Amino acid sequence: MSDAILSLSDVTKQFGSLLASDSVTLDLRAGEIHALIGPNGAGKSTLIKQIAGEIKSDRGDIHFNGQNINALDAVARSRMGLARTFQVSSLMPEFSVLQNVMLARQSVSGKVFRFFKPVLGDKSLVDPAMAQLERVGLADRAQMRAADISHGERRQLEMAVALALEPKAFLLDEPMAGMGPEGSKRLTGFLDGLRGQAPILLVEHDMDAVFALADRISVLVYGRIIATGTVDEIRGNDDVKRAYLGEEA
Amino acid sequence: MFSLFLEQLLNGLQSGVMLFLMASGLTLVFGVMGLINLAHGSLYMIGAFACAAVAAWTGSFWLGLVASLMAASIAGALVEMLIIRRLYNRDHLDQVLATFALILIFSEGTRWIFGSFPLFLSVPDFLTGTVILPGGSQYPLFRLAIIVAGLAVAVGLFLLIGKTRLGIRIRAGEADRGMIAALGVDIDRLYTIVFALGAALAGLAGAFVGTTQSVQVGMGEPVLILAFVVIVIGGIGSIKGALVGSLLVGFTDTMGRFLLPHAFATFLDPSSATAIGSALASMLIYIVMALVLFLRPSGLFGATS
Amino acid sequence: MTMNREFLINSILAIALITVPLIALGMDEPFIITLATKVAIFAMAGVGLNLVLGYGGLVSFGHAAFFGIGGYAAGILASHALNYEPIMESPFLIEGTTQMIVIWIVALVVSALVALVIGAITLRTSGVYFIMITLAFAQMIYYFAISWPAYGGEDGLSIYVRNGFPGINTLDPISFFALCAVMLAIAMVFSAVLIRSRFGLALQGARQNAQRMTAVGIAPFRIRLVAFVISAMITALAGALYADLNRFVSPTMLSWHMSGEIMVFVILGGVGRLFGPLAGAALYIILEHLLGGVWEFWQLPLGVLLLLVVLFARGGLVGVLAGERKHV
Repeated sequence: MSDAILSLSDVTKQFGSLLASDSVTLDLRAGEIHALIGPNGAGKSTLIKQIAGEIKSDRGDIHFNGQNINALDAVARSRMGLARTFQVSSLMPEFSVLQNVMLARQSVSGKVFRFFKPVLGDKSLVDPAMAQLERVGLADRAQMRAADISHGERRQLEMAVALALEPKAFLLDEPMAGMGPEGSKRLTGFLDGLRGQAPILLVEHDMDAVFALADRISVLVYGRIIATGTVDEIRGNDDVKRAYLGEEA
Repeated sequence: MFSLFLEQLLNGLQSGVMLFLMASGLTLVFGVMGLINLAHGSLYMIGAFACAAVAAWTGSFWLGLVASLMAASIAGALVEMLIIRRLYNRDHLDQVLATFALILIFSEGTRWIFGSFPLFLSVPDFLTGTVILPGGSQYPLFRLAIIVAGLAVAVGLFLLIGKTRLGIRIRAGEADRGMIAALGVDIDRLYTIVFALGAALAGLAGAFVGTTQSVQVGMGEPVLILAFVVIVIGGIGSIKGALVGSLLVGFTDTMGRFLLPHAFATFLDPSSATAIGSALASMLIYIVMALVLFLRPSGLFGATS
Repeated sequence: MTMNREFLINSILAIALITVPLIALGMDEPFIITLATKVAIFAMAGVGLNLVLGYGGLVSFGHAAFFGIGGYAAGILASHALNYEPIMESPFLIEGTTQMIVIWIVALVVSALVALVIGAITLRTSGVYFIMITLAFAQMIYYFAISWPAYGGEDGLSIYVRNGFPGINTLDPISFFALCAVMLAIAMVFSAVLIRSRFGLALQGARQNAQRMTAVGIAPFRIRLVAFVISAMITALAGALYADLNRFVSPTMLSWHMSGEIMVFVILGGVGRLFGPLAGAALYIILEHLLGGVWEFWQLPLGVLLLLVVLFARGGLVGVLAGERKHV
């Protein structure tokens, strides 16, 4: 518990009669990849939104870096070092790939209200942004409009934007979604190396990637965490088998 | 003083009811089609002009009233089929501009046909008298009739939306546009009907108000903006919100103009009390709007996003 | 390639704005100089609106409020100065002025404060709400101006002698035109610099995807509010010049028709184009002059034209001539 970067206790959100997240307790420790899996509609994306501050929780506490962040909005949480990617790529379609990353760098620099210096000549933004594009393999697309690159490339750009924020924790909402097997494999390798930089809370449907990457796995069903453990523990857990396979287990 | 107060209260009610006729159409069109229609005020003007022209020509106010309904709904249906239909999938900026252009066309067209001089609508004979209010002052019978007629239309509208097949379709359209198309409702026709219905309500309001004010080009614009304030307060897309908002705006505006100068007169000299009081009264509904927005950014009955 | 074509069109627009009045001067046609001055001023009002509308994606339907505030700053200060009546005597003396520079500063400060209040309320909303509420607040100021008798109420306020600027005879049409053209140029350069800056990147980002802005830790609200205030200040400055051009200010400058017209300049010319407002204002004034000379009801064909532009020629004049807008 002591090395938890992010911890949730009793986090709950109800939409009408639907309990989207039900007393969720969960932590993300330094250096780990913690995968959050569960059937469709289990409330994984809702939970990510609650952690990111886009949805207010009804109950419970979220601590980040030793601080209770319940009262902080999404902007403040991002600035504290929580970087999230979206299940469906959420980018600036008219900006170039480079500008998308530069905007994140601009936020990190803390200097947004600068009115005169041309941004494209600003090496303190361009250079680190290009560096992140090189890391995800998009450097040769830097000048293309984000709307014009391929789906897989947009997923990579989402990663580059998150990386550019130099976060203390990543919230990745299905980063493999819609990627081909080749792309998934490459991204798996990439994420594997990323855990040293900051821990990752990974929502993912691609079980090969989850089993290859996760240090721990939590299983979310109908808003409740029914099990948390290592890959082997989860594989052997009867509750999980029942949730995924129904009667057969 | 009491009877004066009562008179102002009735005026507030009248203004609220007329605003509702405007605002309900506006909010319906927005709720069902997602369209912001600045030219709604032009339909109000068309209703007033049609009523005044036909009443002057035939000598019958009732024929004028029928003409106002027909002219406004036909104009509404035509505009919807020729122009508005192309705007549903556009952004709000395009809608604002296109409907602003429609205002220019309607206003100039009306000026061209009728000239710049205002027309006057006279009230049918049996409604020309006055009623004695409790407290002794006289109130024009026709204004009372407008209130009653407006309330009747409002009730009719609620019944139409709540009880009829058309109403069910309209509500379904508000909830989910894709769904009603999938259910086999002719969506183009539904939209034209909704637009024409809103236009008819606006035209009717124009004819009613035309009897108490002069009928002139540009008469629809102040009402349009008040109707905007109403639906912002009530929540865009909500008929119930439009009703509550209309009455709130109608009463606030009328009573503010009446009471504020009196209130200031208790500690200021009469001329500056009138000046400050009426200047402040003209801003009152906007202040109310700002307050409502501050507390509930999507209006009293709006869906919270 | 489209960039080059846009540059060419922009150059032609700029050269035309400068040469037409000069030719008119040679031909002794002061009326044309006045028209060109009007174009420059309206374009400047449009440059202000374009900042929020074109780059920020915020459809403000209330910019007449700021245009009018600028106009009333000129009218009120000048009337006090010309009548030798101080604006207030206690607790300290404030007198009117006929110095444009002082008037401009007052217009900038007042419009910024009003925009801060209006923006803080309206920017909490979005979409149609934003359109209607900006319209409503402008209307509130309009009605206030009408019902406040001290400065002419509905009748407006005359400025008997055009306000002064050091070293320039502002009563000379071509000199006043030059002053307005320089102010327009400053506003355009400022706006060009602004949209290329960090702030400009954030403003355009907020237009495209507010969710993404929030996720990278930049609050769209603050960006938009600052843009709204800057935009209002530019439009107010244009309003002050407009009052001096006409030597008259009235609630008409605050009316919603004015808001619509400023918007039309931007759209006719091309939304989010640096020279869009100039192209639009020029086209509008030329149409007004040509059509208005032929037919009393010239706004009817104007309405039809505007409708056609919205339905079929998205991107406005500059857009039609120079092709689709490139990314920043």
